[in-house]
Amino acid sequence: MQPVEQRDEVEMLSLMLLIRRFEERASQQYQAQKIGGFCHLYIGQEAVVVGAIAAVRPDDYVITAYRDHGHALARGTSVNACMAELFGKETGCSRGLGGSMHFFDKRHNMYGGHAIVAAHVPLGVGLAFAIKYRGEDRVTLCFFGDGAINQGSFHEALNLAALYKLPIIFICENNLFAMGTSVKRSTSLKQIVDRAEGYDIPGEIVDGMNFREVRDKVAEVAESIRKESHPAFLEVRTYRYRGHSMSDPASYRTKDELEKYRLDDPIIRLRAQLTREGKLTNEQFDQLDKRAKEAVLAAVKFAEESVELPVGKLHDYVYFNGAMETDRPQPAVEERRDGEPAPSQRSA
Amino acid sequence: MREITYRQALNEALAEEIERDPNVFLMGEEVAEYQGAYKVSAGLLERFGPRRIIDTPISENGFAGLGIGAAMVGLRPIIEFMTFSFSLVAFDQVVNNAPNMFMMSGGQFNIPITFRGPNGPAHQLGATHSHATENLYASVPGLKVCTPATPRDAKGLLKTAVRDDNPVLVLEAELLYSSKGMVEPPDEELLIPLGEAEVKREGSDVTVVCYAQTVPIALKVAAQLEEENISAEIIDLRSIKPLDEKAIFDSVAKTHRVVIVEQDHPFCGVGAEICYRIQKEIFDELDAPVLRVSQEDIPMPYNEHLEHAVLPNAEKLVTAVKRVCYA
Repeated sequence: MQPVEQRDEVEMLSLMLLIRRFEERASQQYQAQKIGGFCHLYIGQEAVVVGAIAAVRPDDYVITAYRDHGHALARGTSVNACMAELFGKETGCSRGLGGSMHFFDKRHNMYGGHAIVAAHVPLGVGLAFAIKYRGEDRVTLCFFGDGAINQGSFHEALNLAALYKLPIIFICENNLFAMGTSVKRSTSLKQIVDRAEGYDIPGEIVDGMNFREVRDKVAEVAESIRKESHPAFLEVRTYRYRGHSMSDPASYRTKDELEKYRLDDPIIRLRAQLTREGKLTNEQFDQLDKRAKEAVLAAVKFAEESVELPVGKLHDYVYFNGAMETDRPQPAVEERRDGEPAPSQRSA
Repeated sequence: MREITYRQALNEALAEEIERDPNVFLMGEEVAEYQGAYKVSAGLLERFGPRRIIDTPISENGFAGLGIGAAMVGLRPIIEFMTFSFSLVAFDQVVNNAPNMFMMSGGQFNIPITFRGPNGPAHQLGATHSHATENLYASVPGLKVCTPATPRDAKGLLKTAVRDDNPVLVLEAELLYSSKGMVEPPDEELLIPLGEAEVKREGSDVTVVCYAQTVPIALKVAAQLEEENISAEIIDLRSIKPLDEKAIFDSVAKTHRVVIVEQDHPFCGVGAEICYRIQKEIFDELDAPVLRVSQEDIPMPYNEHLEHAVLPNAEKLVTAVKRVCYA
């Protein structure tokens, strides 16, 4: 098992670029009515998921809420499968049956994509429970937003994880707003990380706009958990540039606030770090960006050309009867990003 | 065959399945050290240890969700609700996460989980502790619901539920935990398929469809009616979903009269669904309108006499049977 933390930072930058370009294109395709339902974009928060996933192994478990496109892409789900899911096509990562908020990819240990706020936090604890039950040294990364921390299931889950000493990192992506309600108006605490203290779970605040800080902190915590199973909590401070969903103009915050965070952009920041250290030239960056844009455009084409699951097959997805075992849905045709190892090398 | 209680039957089923499959574990409030609120899990902690028999805090949503998460990676949890009245606190997990996962993941994650515990009104527990949840859960695609009424069915259905690859709710009958019945010896594997009703008593004049706590009521009424020369056939559904339509239709085709006695509420209750299917599929077989006996459409009162008046009971069933028989 090759820990991903060794992976090239340039590659991680290109992953952040890919997520950003994917989301921009998703926004455009949503406006063109190619994508239905709700669509929550991750733009601005890329360093959180890429940093966290760069610090763990491919066989670790990842589960998140509905703002999940970045998590699937970071985990290794192909751009094509992600875009096709948004388009509702059979080649999507959830066969077009889940949509934007329900990205799943078993092969890459991506356990969703869950759209009831905080309802997946107990599921994450269950994944961690299974790890301990089987005596494995995996870790579960359970992502959620600042809106989740006032929901009952969140509190029950944290208590259970602490009580049973389960190997899970609760990663609160604090982007300051639960839909349109600021943390100040929703939460009685001065800082979210203090929630963890109430359950005797070690917690820390991390700068979510800084890839390296997220990666190093998650790596440190994961290492500690693998040595001796316990839960941990990270309040990762970040910012989403767009509204809560596509229909939200985000009038509850000022342009000045948005501009302040844009200046601290996670992609610009990592690019600057790498450039300063002589690891990346402007030409190379442009090349990475061009490749990301091309991959996303190709994914749109792939999604458009893909077919939908036939209505007649719908009943096969209500109850599992074992008959699908050989015919178990596989993620869409893989088109790996340049420089990324093939799935067979990455999986356990 | 030997005679054991419904409680012992469930206990045997749990022990056999936990013994058989290392992925199976039992989790819930008071299941381990306390030996179960209703002693269903008595002795299991001693036999299997705290890794397999796990006490939880009072956090139904939390531990139901934990079970679903563990099932996503192939464990086969048995989650006990102290009563299904408390499952309502975990409604989101049972209704939103367990049955939807398979569909919304495009078939990647099935959830092999069993939710079990007593369901339905017991005795003078008042409105919050008397819920019959079968119609709520049976209306959710992706869930399976069974309602054993005898020790044999309790054991056979619970074992089948644990082996099912989908979320199954085993709604036990609290009032029947101490009732006795004949069950195969422990060395004989007892599995009762979901979706198979059983004729608990043969008859020719009227079909009485029942399940769970209404089965003993129906059997008692049938014995009483026999003395009045009315021969009632008793169909115990055993599973609400999948529903054994054929067993119902076969019986009605023989008797041409039917009363459904259910333990839930009348509005959108289990009987409403059965009634719809009978009139749709075998309308011409009917010699009288289908009648239903259920709880009244009233939250459960505490007072014993008032509770009796709200519940489906033998008197109401006798009246209904006589009406469909024009007797």
